[in-house]
Amino acid sequence: MKEETPEKKSRFKSILIDGTKYKTNLTRKFENRISYVEPNADALTSFIPGNILKVNVKSGQKVKKGDTAIVFEAMKMKNRITFHRNGVVKTVSVKEGDIVAKGMVLVEMESLKKTNQ
Amino acid sequence: MPLKRKIQELQKRREEVLAGGGEKAIEKQLAMGKLTARERIISLVDKNSFSEYDLFVAHEARDFDMDKKTLHGDGVIIGTGTMHGRPVAIFAQDFTVAGGSLGLMHSRKITKIMDYALKMRMPLIGINDSGGARIQEGVNSLAGYGEIFFRNTLSSGVIPQISVILGPCAGGAVYSPALTDFVFVVDKISKMFITGPEVIKTVLGEEISMEDLGGARIHSEITGNAHFFAKSEIESFDQIKKLLSFIPWSNAEAPTPIKSKEPKKEYKIDQIVPGDPKLPYDVRDVIKSLVDDSDFFEIQEGWAANMVIGFGRLGGKTVGFVCNQPLVLAGVLDVDSSDKAARFIRYCDAFNIPIITLVDLPGYLPGVDQEHAGVIRHGAKVLYAYSEATVAKITLIMRKAYGGGYIAMSSRHLRADFVFAWPAAEIAVMGPEGAANIIFRKEISEAEDSEKMRRQKVKEYKEKFANPYVAASRGYIDAVIEPKESRSLLLHAINVAENKSIGGPKKKHGIPPF
Repeated sequence: MKEETPEKKSRFKSILIDGTKYKTNLTRKFENRISYVEPNADALTSFIPGNILKVNVKSGQKVKKGDTAIVFEAMKMKNRITFHRNGVVKTVSVKEGDIVAKGMVLVEMESLKKTNQ
Repeated sequence: MPLKRKIQELQKRREEVLAGGGEKAIEKQLAMGKLTARERIISLVDKNSFSEYDLFVAHEARDFDMDKKTLHGDGVIIGTGTMHGRPVAIFAQDFTVAGGSLGLMHSRKITKIMDYALKMRMPLIGINDSGGARIQEGVNSLAGYGEIFFRNTLSSGVIPQISVILGPCAGGAVYSPALTDFVFVVDKISKMFITGPEVIKTVLGEEISMEDLGGARIHSEITGNAHFFAKSEIESFDQIKKLLSFIPWSNAEAPTPIKSKEPKKEYKIDQIVPGDPKLPYDVRDVIKSLVDDSDFFEIQEGWAANMVIGFGRLGGKTVGFVCNQPLVLAGVLDVDSSDKAARFIRYCDAFNIPIITLVDLPGYLPGVDQEHAGVIRHGAKVLYAYSEATVAKITLIMRKAYGGGYIAMSSRHLRADFVFAWPAAEIAVMGPEGAANIIFRKEISEAEDSEKMRRQKVKEYKEKFANPYVAASRGYIDAVIEPKESRSLLLHAINVAENKSIGGPKKKHGIPPF
């Protein structure tokens, strides 16, 4: 019994709302939450886990909006991952045959202006 | 006092109120790229059709020096006008008057126009631009919100309710739009959240901008709270006008038909869907090749894009489309897309709009995050909504219809009225690869060349089941048709089902998996 008490106490976290301190338990989901990161507009990521079937671009290649960067098989479909704006490919982090997890950065690009300067 | 002077006094009083929050506040409003509340109403309704009520309503708050403050119209404009020549009820919060804050009389004005709308069976359009509750009025302003939410719920499914977020809409205030049928947002102007960035920072130490927390883009792409995204207020008003051209004025009517027009020739229905079931295509092209004038009005375009929903017309009559989108996430059903489809199906059912379902999906999305996010409970919403709907339900299976996805997407078993399939349809418990691996596990593992055996068995399974004829032989499909026959058959089906009338067991209401 004696051992349990300090352990139980330490589970409570206090948070401050409008000048009042509240003691509370935090759920596991809350504690493991990923804090907000601004989405990186220069990265093309995998939206579900899948296989890389085809890589259409090389680093340094100029690309136009709508061009297909990668053909990616997931859920019985050859999904096309396309560029959402014009630019230059900076890095390609996958090769054909790779199996990727969700949210992996596949291709990074940069805008044309940056490279011209 | 002679009558003339009395009229002059009325004019003077009117002018005072019509000045809103005064020049300075109006300038500030315009500098933010926003229109004033009155300008918004005028741009929305038919020309010269708006009549305003409760112009002289004043608050009765006494505390915190409120008795010395005159708030013109108490910060909200209410009235009726016409759109497409038919009556609509409108309220617009006026941010120039005390930040559009909601006090008791402010809320009474809103509930009055809500009552009119429900009683007279016309759409209600609410323009939200408010700093939130008027803190000086305490619990009275909370009472006001509650009265509004109650009426939103009462009117739900009886009259169309439309919310336009043209400014901040924070705290409790967000729940009125959330209870309405359609929410319109405008880039860089709309902001919706329960707790703002300041509170989040003090309580949790997380920093985020207002735009990233609850801006128009976030709500149209991530949360799904908004249904229509526009770049400007005027564009948003055009979207509202277009929406109202598709829907009926109440649940007692059907949408007003217009003259039928053939789809545009550039959409060739037999060339859109690739033969290889692994190749994606844009299902919106299929819809455009079916509907009148190729005019498809998409709802929630940016959110859960693996499901496409929206309105179109067939033979001049409004129909609702619920379609898998193979272009995004292979068109799977997941938590968000199930939610999106289910709510729209219920909308169509409530407002007598026939539902056309275009099917091409590999099933529900597997994965830990989906399971833990409750794909069971959310996926069940689709089954519930389709089963419950009593409007005409017409299903067209274009290609893949596997497993639970086949059942969920308005199958015969959920009492679809007509189920058609194209010759490329594959109706099976699962994809051929997966199925062959399970059924012929022994043969494959024991074979000398197991890869060759596997390919052969997959082919065998494909030939047997990856077609529409097994389902057709059981009568689960009414007809296997060529793609180019689709439009005329759908038109025919809509007309045949026009007087559909079915009943179910008596109940107060069901318990959908909310």
